[in-house]
Amino acid sequence: MLKEYLTIKNISGPLLLVEDVEGVTYGELTEIKLDNGKLRRGRVLEIADSRALVQVFEGTRGISPENAKVKFLGKGQEIGVSPDIIGRIFDGAGLPIDGGPEIIPTKRVNINGSPMNPYARDYPNEFIQTGIAAIDGMNTLVRGQKLPIFSGSGLPHAQLAAQIARQAKVLKTGEKFAVVFAAMGITFEEANFFISDFGRTGALERSVLFINLADNPTIERIAIPRIALTVAEYLAYEQDMHVLVILIDMTNYCEALKEISAARKEVPGRRGYPGYLYTDLATLYERTGRIKGKQGSITQIPILSMPEDDKTHPIPDLTGYITEGQIILSRALHSQGIYPPIDVLPSLSRLKDKGIGEGKTRIDHADVMNQLYAAYARGEEAKEIAVVLGESALSPTDLLFMSFADLFERKFVQQGENENRTIEQTLDIGWKLLKMLPKTELKRIRPELLDVYYKGKMT
Amino acid sequence: MVTIELVLSEANVMDNGVVIKVSGPLVVAKNLSGTRIYDLVRVGQFKLFGEVIEIHGNEYFIQVYEETEGLGPGDPVYPTNQPLNVELGPGLIGSIYDGVQRPLDVLRNKLGDFITRGAESPPLNRTKKWRFHPTRKIGEEVIPGDILGTVKESSLIEHRMMVPAGIKGRVSRIKEVDTTVEETVATIETHSGVKEISMIQKWPVREPREVVRKLPPVMPLVTGQRVIDMLFPITKGGTACVPGPFGSGKTVVQHQLAKWSDADVIVYVGCGERGNEMADVLIELPQLKDPKSGESLMERTVLIANTSNMPVAAREASVYTGITIAEYYRDMGYSVALLADSTSRWGEAMREISGRLEEMPGEEGYPNYLASRLAGFYERAGNVICLGSDGRKGCLSVIGAVSPPGGDLSEPITQATLRVVKVFWSLDDRLASQRHFPAIHWLTSYSLYRDVVDDYCVSNIDSSWKENRRRAMEILQRESELEEIVRLVGIDALSYGDRLYMEVAKMIREDFLHQNAFDRRDTYTSLKKQYLILDNIIKFYNKAKELLKSNVEFSKIITIPSKEEIARSTLIPEDQLHKFTEIGSKIAAELNTLLPKDMVRSA
Ligand SMILES: Nc1ncnc2c1ncn2[C@@H]1O[C@H](COP(=O)(O)OP(=O)(O)OP(=O)(O)O)[C@@H](O)[C@H]1O
Ligand SMILES: [Mg+2]
Repeated sequence: MLKEYLTIKNISGPLLLVEDVEGVTYGELTEIKLDNGKLRRGRVLEIADSRALVQVFEGTRGISPENAKVKFLGKGQEIGVSPDIIGRIFDGAGLPIDGGPEIIPTKRVNINGSPMNPYARDYPNEFIQTGIAAIDGMNTLVRGQKLPIFSGSGLPHAQLAAQIARQAKVLKTGEKFAVVFAAMGITFEEANFFISDFGRTGALERSVLFINLADNPTIERIAIPRIALTVAEYLAYEQDMHVLVILIDMTNYCEALKEISAARKEVPGRRGYPGYLYTDLATLYERTGRIKGKQGSITQIPILSMPEDDKTHPIPDLTGYITEGQIILSRALHSQGIYPPIDVLPSLSRLKDKGIGEGKTRIDHADVMNQLYAAYARGEEAKEIAVVLGESALSPTDLLFMSFADLFERKFVQQGENENRTIEQTLDIGWKLLKMLPKTELKRIRPELLDVYYKGKMT
Repeated sequence: MVTIELVLSEANVMDNGVVIKVSGPLVVAKNLSGTRIYDLVRVGQFKLFGEVIEIHGNEYFIQVYEETEGLGPGDPVYPTNQPLNVELGPGLIGSIYDGVQRPLDVLRNKLGDFITRGAESPPLNRTKKWRFHPTRKIGEEVIPGDILGTVKESSLIEHRMMVPAGIKGRVSRIKEVDTTVEETVATIETHSGVKEISMIQKWPVREPREVVRKLPPVMPLVTGQRVIDMLFPITKGGTACVPGPFGSGKTVVQHQLAKWSDADVIVYVGCGERGNEMADVLIELPQLKDPKSGESLMERTVLIANTSNMPVAAREASVYTGITIAEYYRDMGYSVALLADSTSRWGEAMREISGRLEEMPGEEGYPNYLASRLAGFYERAGNVICLGSDGRKGCLSVIGAVSPPGGDLSEPITQATLRVVKVFWSLDDRLASQRHFPAIHWLTSYSLYRDVVDDYCVSNIDSSWKENRRRAMEILQRESELEEIVRLVGIDALSYGDRLYMEVAKMIREDFLHQNAFDRRDTYTSLKKQYLILDNIIKFYNKAKELLKSNVEFSKIITIPSKEEIARSTLIPEDQLHKFTEIGSKIAAELNTLLPKDMVRSA
């Protein structure tokens, strides 16, 4: 029998100080039983002598030193895993909310995981086709990569995430694929959108969903991505599956972290966020990758909304310092009605070069990508000059690049929410656009490829 | 900070200490009398590694190098009575260690793909036999630093066994043997008895290894990166920093230097960065060939990998582990380069530990000793006369990446670093997003070694090295002034002389400074070739200026066919440098044809 303590001394924010405890260890899972019978859970944040500081996942509302008993469970927070977990929906505590049966775990795993030995890593280099041209063509995702989407409030990142989850595949056949989806503090409507979209398209059958809604306990958001990643590691490295992990919205996660830090009155780093935000985020994002000699892999797409669309805000900033590139959504494109509003110029997949080309996508991929990028950048620059000095200040070539940039946004970036382009289609659209430019301007493309692909003018 | 105040109770006193508090990576223990500050201890049933970083009365504050979950009051703490140190000896080259020198390859073979707690393995292989060749004879007098013998450590590195610190006397036994690192290879009779010398030395990481004297740096550390070697060079024994926002190219610069710089030994410290980047280095280095010897680059490299998800206290230690290993090879008389990516993550580790110690925070929560720690680290670089009676020289260059939040260079780590380093490679977000790589900005960066390197290159590469470099900088500077004007009133408002500046500046940027790290032919450029590429651009400029004076049409000058050849000249192989002279002659010839006929005759 585990001992129950009636010795809560202080309550402050999400924290409890419990006295006269024995044998309690750092990180231990805690159960708090209220006199109305309700159970809450927590984790030991600090232990000194006989006093334990406990962070309560569901918050401390309604707890008093008199009405609650605290039990220390003798182990860290764990999640039960089993192959049956696929196709199911859970809450932030890992309990099913889809009306299905309880999961009978084949084993229980600590949600904090262990750091992957860098020596065990295999370098990510296999192309994942998302069916989205602005990603596949320009910012290619590869297996084992962590590539976040930097979004803003009101932008269609949820649709984009759902589309990626539906469409993502590798070009090889016969491989097992799964999506692990963790929602932190999203609205009921958004959650509903995902669940019904996954259900409608059959994606649910290969997915595991963990949902914490905006009105669910905030502190639970600290555990959710860890639970999701633990499940992902189990599926990838023990069930040989290729797992795509989608974490949404990391901004809510960071806010929860900030709340605990503030409750502990820690010295804050930038803009009130704890000084260890980088390290904390890294313990999530780095749980991505491939392992030498293992079949499965983990690819991560964290989604975050940039406060005030500011890329230098600590959340996107520190994320960018950990992930391998970023996909940035643009409010300007969105207001022009372009879906997905991916801003190609500041977006970057750092691992793209090793995943594209002959045998992976197509021989002309790198050249087309670089040329589209350069031409679009030039067109956008011309637009800026036109704003200041008027179109008359532009040369005829610059005017051509300007209209290229417009068409690039409308034909290449823009596509339907259910449109799943193959990489060939994506590259062919690219060529179609490039053909509106004179051959002599296509300096980024090797001559031998020009001879093959640059045939005739655009129709 | 809300934390629990400690009240010490008189518990039973044992041989080992007892944990009284655990807060993340910080553990407080009592009853460790005899333990000194910075001593290593082992904590709890898993015997986790920890270091005593503060002592208050009977309270010992320990930073633990592994995850502390599951530790609690009452757990034992075992003293080791040794400071945190590294093992030095043959076998370091080609290894990959974590921040406290645990061999990651061995750990993986023993324990699997994830790093489990309490994992332990000696840094140097205990069973491998090395052939020891004595260089000293029985009866000779030796002092600390003297080389007793050598071992072929890798195809590139001859490991030189030095007399350890504090030992001085007469060699009484030494011979050529095949031996493991632990066996005695020599004995030395000293005042305080006979000392047995094996090939392992231990050295405390937080203490710089002793040298006879420091010397000013005189030689460039050739990196093969054009913007660096030509405009902002670093020396052997020099210091440099690479600050820049995320994605601006810090890691690529560090990797390029690890691959191509002409140091004898490279120590690469991945400090709180990505696991995949370490995998990249591990896969690439063995396949790449050293431009001089043709041997694999792994044969001169030691890797320290304490990635961002590995314990934060070990990250704090990793830069010290790395620099101590680097000093050890410097002491053998080698030129060593230490690359640390990223020193900001080290600073953040200090901040985290300091916060848990409840120290008075300085700017942005960093401890007040941040600047002195950074300075102390970079001070370990240098060009030195090593210990030993032969007066040999060694040098250690240190290059640190800095990751300023939001790319804001006014933050504490960047500022403290800039006060101590001599070279500043300023990575620019705008250049990176224009895909101009390396995104080292030519107007904001600087190198205080420029004069030294100019002198070297003027005597060893070409007498007009300095003049060309000066001219190139002047053109780039002029371009930025002119760009302002163009933005406001358009290019047509410029005189042809100014438009020539713009044109040539563009050539310098695109055809010289731009360098693709991932192109086999472009990734490395020798000093000679760097000089030749730029020289053709400058020749073009000088000649074009003359032509403008003779009223030759501007558009004709800038469209001569050989200009294209300059643009492609970065791809000319190193063994075909004569082609540059051909391009040079072509430029001159083509420009000459533009001159009015009578002037050609008089010219
Ligand atoms: N010299 C170069 N040649 C070609 N591409 C480059 C070069 N330097 C940087 N890049 C491109 O920029 C990307 C980002 O570079 P890098 O990883 O070095 O950034 P970083 O400054 O280290 O970022 P972080 O702080 O997030 O680690 C690379 O993946 C590569 O695509
Ligand atoms: Mg980097």
